[in-house]
Amino acid sequence: MRFARGRRLAALLVVVLLAGVLGWALWPAAPQARGIDLTIAVTDGPAGDQRVNLDATFFPPPDGGKAPAVLLAHGFGGSKRSVREAAQRLAADGYAVLTWSARGFGRSGGQIALNSPDYEVKDVEQLVGWLARRPEVTLDAAGDPRVGIAGGSYGGAIALMAAAHDRRVDAIVPQITWYDLADALFPDAGGGGPENGVFKRMWAGLFFSRGGPVPGDDADGGLAGLGGPPVPARPLTAEEAACGRFLPEICRMYQSVAETGKATPEAVALLRRSSPVSVQGRIRIPTLLLQGQRDSLFPLDQADANARAVAATGAPVQVAWFDGGHDGGDGEIDWVHDRTASWFGHWLKREGGTAVPGSGFEVTRDGGRDPGTRRPVLLHATGDRYPGLGGTGRTVVRLAGPDQQVANPPGGSPAAISAVPGFGGLLGAGGPGLSVDVPGQSAIFESAPLTAPLQVTGSSTVRLRVRGEGEVTLFAKLQDVSGGAQPPILPEGLVAPLKVTVPPDAGEAGAEVTVRLPAIDHRFDTGHRLRLTVSSTDLGYATPAAPSVAGVGLAAPALTVPTDAALRTPVNGPEWWTWALPAAAIVVAVVMVLAGRRRPGADVDPALAGVPLRITGLTKAYRNGDTVVSDLSFQVERGQVLGLLGPNGAGKTTTMRMMMGLIHPDAGEIRIFGQKVTPGAPILSRLGSFVEGPGFLPHLNGRENLELYWRATGRPAADAHMAEALEIAGLGGALERAVRTYSQGMRQRLAIAQAMLGLPDLLVLDEPANGLDPPQIREMRQVLIRYAERGRTVIVSSHLLAEVEQTCDHVVVMHRGRLVTTGPVRDLLEGAARGNGSVRRLEDVFLTLIDDNVGERS
Amino acid sequence: MNAEVPVANGYSARRTLPLRVEIVRQFRRRRTLVMFGLLLALPWVLVVAFKLGAGQGGQQNTLRLSDLATESALNFSAFTLSVSASFLLVVAVALFCGDTVAGEASWSSLRYLLAAPVPRDRLLRQKLIVALGYAAAAVISLPLMSLLAGTLGFGWDDIQVPGTGEVIPAAAALPRFAIVIGYALVSQLVVASLAFLLSTATDSPLGAVGGAVGLVIVSSILQAVEALGVVREFLPTFWTSAWLDAFAPEIEWSGMIKGAAVSVTYSAILIALAFRRFRAKDIVS
Repeated sequence: MRFARGRRLAALLVVVLLAGVLGWALWPAAPQARGIDLTIAVTDGPAGDQRVNLDATFFPPPDGGKAPAVLLAHGFGGSKRSVREAAQRLAADGYAVLTWSARGFGRSGGQIALNSPDYEVKDVEQLVGWLARRPEVTLDAAGDPRVGIAGGSYGGAIALMAAAHDRRVDAIVPQITWYDLADALFPDAGGGGPENGVFKRMWAGLFFSRGGPVPGDDADGGLAGLGGPPVPARPLTAEEAACGRFLPEICRMYQSVAETGKATPEAVALLRRSSPVSVQGRIRIPTLLLQGQRDSLFPLDQADANARAVAATGAPVQVAWFDGGHDGGDGEIDWVHDRTASWFGHWLKREGGTAVPGSGFEVTRDGGRDPGTRRPVLLHATGDRYPGLGGTGRTVVRLAGPDQQVANPPGGSPAAISAVPGFGGLLGAGGPGLSVDVPGQSAIFESAPLTAPLQVTGSSTVRLRVRGEGEVTLFAKLQDVSGGAQPPILPEGLVAPLKVTVPPDAGEAGAEVTVRLPAIDHRFDTGHRLRLTVSSTDLGYATPAAPSVAGVGLAAPALTVPTDAALRTPVNGPEWWTWALPAAAIVVAVVMVLAGRRRPGADVDPALAGVPLRITGLTKAYRNGDTVVSDLSFQVERGQVLGLLGPNGAGKTTTMRMMMGLIHPDAGEIRIFGQKVTPGAPILSRLGSFVEGPGFLPHLNGRENLELYWRATGRPAADAHMAEALEIAGLGGALERAVRTYSQGMRQRLAIAQAMLGLPDLLVLDEPANGLDPPQIREMRQVLIRYAERGRTVIVSSHLLAEVEQTCDHVVVMHRGRLVTTGPVRDLLEGAARGNGSVRRLEDVFLTLIDDNVGERS
Repeated sequence: MNAEVPVANGYSARRTLPLRVEIVRQFRRRRTLVMFGLLLALPWVLVVAFKLGAGQGGQQNTLRLSDLATESALNFSAFTLSVSASFLLVVAVALFCGDTVAGEASWSSLRYLLAAPVPRDRLLRQKLIVALGYAAAAVISLPLMSLLAGTLGFGWDDIQVPGTGEVIPAAAALPRFAIVIGYALVSQLVVASLAFLLSTATDSPLGAVGGAVGLVIVSSILQAVEALGVVREFLPTFWTSAWLDAFAPEIEWSGMIKGAAVSVTYSAILIALAFRRFRAKDIVS
């Protein structure tokens, strides 16, 4: 019953918690945007005479009104279905979203022309026109909808290309895409251009196979997807098997370059027609470029070139390098959505005033681990201005290492492994950036251990001297060597391929080349070394089949490293709550503790200084409403042995507990020698008590228990009168035994002895005779009478009347919490005798009294 | 003492229940001795387990804390701490702080102490100090014994950082070890104060200890629900393992600062609640 309030509180807490969880789970989610599937017929081709049906889905804005439109384009090998979720999220943000399968993909007709201005770009122009006719779409002018384009990879390139060709497009968010497809597939870190580039064999193969021979297939898989090819519905023709859904012209180009590994001028021209490089200066609209750091297909330098081209027109450009790309990584879907939505929110919805949201340059960095789940946490470092791959500052790191010979194995195998295209996470098992080098194929140049951490943001450069014959293909990579047991880390698995032509008469002078290493954002920690590894092979690239040996050395022993000190990660210093919360809590705690504090010993009635106990109007009810003690008043004088009589449940024990300050009375008061009893009141030091059984530490023996109890009172050891108390207990040798071995009677005697320690002026004993045998009871009686003879007062509660009759001179009779009668035992007996004409025992008196009492009440 | 208050000779509230007495009262208890015995024996059991298990399972070159445990005494000690911080130490701390008042209530000795009289606030204060002292001794004894056992078992060597495999010289790692122990103490404070509050609310020591451990378990289950987002950071157990950041190549303070802030916040409120509740409580045990 005393837990009733606590239980109610706990129940309330549980209910509140459950309601919270349920509410949270059942809270109506934002209405799911419903797509309308439709087919949009377009005409394209160089002459504008080819009809193609595009499979599209239109997501009208959820609130039914007019809204700006977003064209959401899919990646290579995907279809409109691969961007369904992203489209629904954007539509829920209040846009009219149109997704479509590009020609040659999904259920759309036509052939893949690689975002050609004659084909895909014309398609998108007509999709923009289609949007202008929709009633749900906000118009800037007749036939000119307010529209943005977003998409990744192939879809990012179409966003750029369409922005260049169609003035009606208002803002774009191209992701992980290219600037120059020729340069992306035939990179040369020596600056020789695609004609001199090294063929990115594996990626190119994967890229072209994804437009492969699966007519009508509606696969969801993007470029990074794995899984076997689906079974085609019918046998393929030779043309289909060879070229899939590619335009024959593109198919032939790919077949020729893939065979030779060299980019012909025609191939370069064809690839560039599909690239933003061909439309320089024509993209004049706000552009947010999101490029993945883990991308060996379209590395950060592609976004860099796009950013420079757009910025040259004066249009607003922001660049962000996130943890994703064609090689895997986190992908940061939520962040990509948020950035896209805020970009369009500003430029299409014109929300949020004049300040452009986001920051000029944003880089995702490793933020350690979540302390709860121990999973990686990503931080976004931001800077106002995109500095390009050269950084805002440059640090020169000295590299050392002799000239070394590297061998190209016949057939180019075995090859070093940096990143495996299409298998992003495959090498990730031992942590990101693990790479495999083949002995004898690489030259190594290292810096001294760093004395301070070095954050590289951009593309480092180094000048190499290469000796050999004719064309030498090399792969340069910048590794992070921590020392100890850890293998060197190749940040993001990126390598810079280069092709150096050594003049035949060069001899020892060889050829010098400035190598632009892959653009990265990586922190080299103190004590780590920077290692430049130049190797002759890489699995992802085409290398010469003929065996050869080349000499590689440093033309200058310096690595120029770009840095961007302006980039700042958001969290700097402890958060405000880390000091505010504990400070507030401590203030609250101190107030809570001090507020309810009582000053003991303040309430004194000097007139009662000689009265051992006076109880006035004492009342106590428990929380369930049962009144245990009701308006109880009586007084005990010095030298009395008072019997507190009553049947079980009369409230004797509760009264005694209130005397000890254990229970707070509801009304009335108890005064001991004039001092009001409150919990822990100092006057209690003159009270000895034994209530409701003994309380000892079971693991200690009897003597230790008494000694420790006395020491806990803090009073001088000499005042304890330990010997007298122990004599009363009469335990003999058992004193040295642990209390847990005692019988009930032994504990009882020890407890009474404890109550008598210090010979208190007022001794309160609750049922002291319980568990004692008759000789012990007699002895106890003597002890109590002797104790009171010395001017002290004893209160004994009992339901054994015979006991009280023989021990006590005064008696207080209680029944159901009320005082029935009080007075000397003799008076009580005489009064009863007068009434009935015979001398009766107290027992009979008591029974009559409580009977009367019951009668009165009922 | 106020001259007007006639108290028993030599009585002064400020002298009641001296710390020394409370320490002795608690020390000889079997559960105290068993818990310390367990904490001091555990490192030796682990050393034997690693020795017996050596050679089996091959040489994995991974850099998990458990795989690095045999590298050095410091590594071993960090491992011991990491496996015991989330449960064993919680139980130990909850035991010492949850049993202290509820145990007295269950022996019925609480009422005699209060009627001695030991003022209620003073009783709680003295008991809290002693219980926190025992809990702190438990938290400290485990890593220190691990250092000793690890030194004998695997040698005194530089510490190898989990995850990156970097090596921090033993001399430089020792101050970090002090930080780790200090943080472990602060982060267990919330368990201690929770157990202490429950101890004043119930007469059953098992209920107080079990309740505190149970709530810690509930909190650690909740913190695995990532959907709760940033709310998880304010769960009392969220930062329990933030001391691992002290073994990163560069000490990362933010987690430990947040953890300490959360722990101190909860503890201050819980302990204040304990005092308030106990002051107003009817002692019926």
